Amino acid sequence: MTPGAARSTSYRRKLWPLQVPGDPRLAQLVVLGTILALGAGLYDFALDPRQILLTFASALIVQAATDRLAGREHINYKSALITALGIALLLRADTLWAHPLAAAAAIASKSLFRARGKHLFNPSCFGVIFALVALPGVWASPGQWGDGPLLAGWIAVAGTIIVSRASCSDTSVGFVLCYGGATLARVLWLGQRLAVLIHRMASGSLLLFAFFMISDPRTSPDDWRGRLAHCATVAALAFVLGSHFYVTNSLVWALFIAAPAVAVWDAIFPAPRFQWEAKGESDDLGIETYPDGGAGDDPAWRARLAPPGARVLRILRGQGERHAAQPHVEGGACPS
Amino acid sequence: MGKANGTLHNRTSKVVLVHHEDKTVISIMSDYQGDLAQFAMVVPVPVVLQRGQIHIGDAAVIRHLEDYSAPRLVEYDDPNPCQMYYPRAMTGPAAGALTAQNAAKATDSARALGVKIEAQYTVGEYDIVILSALQSDGLQTWLTENGYRIPPGAGAALAPYIRDGMKFFVARVNLKEQAKTGLDYLRPIQFAFESPKFMLPIRLGMVNAAGPQDLVIYLLTENGRVETTDYRTIEMPTGTDVPQFVRDDFAKTYQAIFDRQVKLNQMRGVFTEYVWNMNWCDPCAAPPLSHDELRELGVFWLDNRNSPISGGPQPMYRRQMFIAAPAGVILTRLHVRYSAATFPEDLSFQETGDSNNFQVRYVLHRPWEGSPQLCPAAASYFRELDGRRATEARNLADLTGWELADISRRMGISSVTPPSPWWQNLWH
Repeated sequence: MTPGAARSTSYRRKLWPLQVPGDPRLAQLVVLGTILALGAGLYDFALDPRQILLTFASALIVQAATDRLAGREHINYKSALITALGIALLLRADTLWAHPLAAAAAIASKSLFRARGKHLFNPSCFGVIFALVALPGVWASPGQWGDGPLLAGWIAVAGTIIVSRASCSDTSVGFVLCYGGATLARVLWLGQRLAVLIHRMASGSLLLFAFFMISDPRTSPDDWRGRLAHCATVAALAFVLGSHFYVTNSLVWALFIAAPAVAVWDAIFPAPRFQWEAKGESDDLGIETYPDGGAGDDPAWRARLAPPGARVLRILRGQGERHAAQPHVEGGACPS
Repeated sequence: MGKANGTLHNRTSKVVLVHHEDKTVISIMSDYQGDLAQFAMVVPVPVVLQRGQIHIGDAAVIRHLEDYSAPRLVEYDDPNPCQMYYPRAMTGPAAGALTAQNAAKATDSARALGVKIEAQYTVGEYDIVILSALQSDGLQTWLTENGYRIPPGAGAALAPYIRDGMKFFVARVNLKEQAKTGLDYLRPIQFAFESPKFMLPIRLGMVNAAGPQDLVIYLLTENGRVETTDYRTIEMPTGTDVPQFVRDDFAKTYQAIFDRQVKLNQMRGVFTEYVWNMNWCDPCAAPPLSHDELRELGVFWLDNRNSPISGGPQPMYRRQMFIAAPAGVILTRLHVRYSAATFPEDLSFQETGDSNNFQVRYVLHRPWEGSPQLCPAAASYFRELDGRRATEARNLADLTGWELADISRRMGISSVTPPSPWWQNLWH
């Protein structure tokens, strides 16, 4: 990160002391951790505690190694933890070594597959697909959450809070609307009961995907138009793969296939890159710039100086907390 | 799968689903007891079936599969405390099953109704028509006009299948052919087809049901356990120590355990009762199926394989830890109770990579019948026995939801109290 960015971060903290915790990934860690505990405890996932431990160990070790190799100042342990949680939530195996291998592949993919200065694949998504394709005795259970409305509501609420803090919630909401629209159209066309729509949309797996995977701001297009194009593509792909080709885990497959297109959306709709707030954790390769870093130029930052009521309004309007690293580039703040 | 109306309501249907590389063989076993002339079965199928794709199965093989995978009791004799034990397996209940169908006779006036008779066969004791339809009203009218007794709500349930391009496999009993078989029951209908859909249509089955229905699905795959992808798949509780009297009526006890699990999960799950590699079992409630029996059910991939159950030697039927051989065939037994409210969609499956075995078994311990005076260890054995019986009583109460007092009475022990609440001794 450039000195400009660092300066603006500390300046922000001083002026707006209520901005705690600064990094929405902490909240994401807590929520995903709770969901994992809930799933393993109440839903009796076919998951061995040793598999969870090995996933975390492997993710952290590979993250530390890649950060050191790239000469980064800090180890991006939060990102590694989130990836490990994602893999533990999604992947099932009847061996102990599949999980750590998947986690290692997930973290390594961030350095291996890059375009336009950012990684192509959501790490958990890559790890799961890698395991499904390359490792024996591995599967993912899209039905593991069932369709309990209570659980679904809880995931949706927690997810909404996090995506609106982490970035714009436009990817999640856009995806749910596109996928829900396609499902509704199919239900109406087939003459099925509306209960089918509810059953599909209340699926715990779908909501986890919408609010904790596709919403990852680091692997979404930078501009809101790009993000909408991206989530529409993923929704359409997932729908066709699932309903027409009967592909199991169609959501994760769709995101994996559509990921390279993010570079295309970024080329068509250029915009400033998303940055998590914590310092020095970037895994981008020195592409971020903060040309003249004046905090006063940043529209999202100015919004934070507004009274708390205004902030709530911003979140309710879906504008979230996203702020531009390059304040001068059009489209960096959330669309209004 | 769906069954048309009848005087008896479906309680438990049995289906065997063999699936491998987009190829599926389905066997449907009906325990229909009523007037054979009234029997009818309507099953949506993805393709028009040729004559050679339909076969009449052997009910004995399905019964064998049922016995082999049934929930079971295992009894251990307590060893002489003053000085080993061996397990004995007993077969559990064959989940009671009743199905009800009916129908009548055939004539066709299909065109005007948008119904096309794609094919017509008599196979064994069944007259079978494969239909495609343009609209559900037409199909319902055709079925009714041709003497199949279809419940009033069937049209709405048929419509989505028609839109989805599915064909309908409609069967009823040919009484002359049935008489020739000399059997007093209907043999299972089997059909084989190729389609990427790994699913089981259950929506038609709900049309005529007065309440929730039970379905036991036996899935035979090559590599791993099968689970549902659109509903939760839940393992039944297993391995619990239960009182000895359970042996007298295990069928009823297991029914109560299943009822309770369904209730605890708000009737929103599919329950795994058995997952095992068909090469062996431990303990075996019944011998594993032979190569010929598996073929009869539609397992088609064993022929070119050098597996122990293919060709020469029959499967092992004795206590055995492991046979390091290609998996060959994995049997998954799923039991589901479904209603229209909690199961709006058909069951979709996936074969997982999970090769762990699972069985539902409950454990009985037969006490040692010696005297406490025999040795010091004997005295402490009898003290521990009381505690163990109380635990067994509580286990059974947890599993079945039965009253602890009733369980204690049946065990012939003084009434076991439920664990006292945590606050009871807080201020006293």
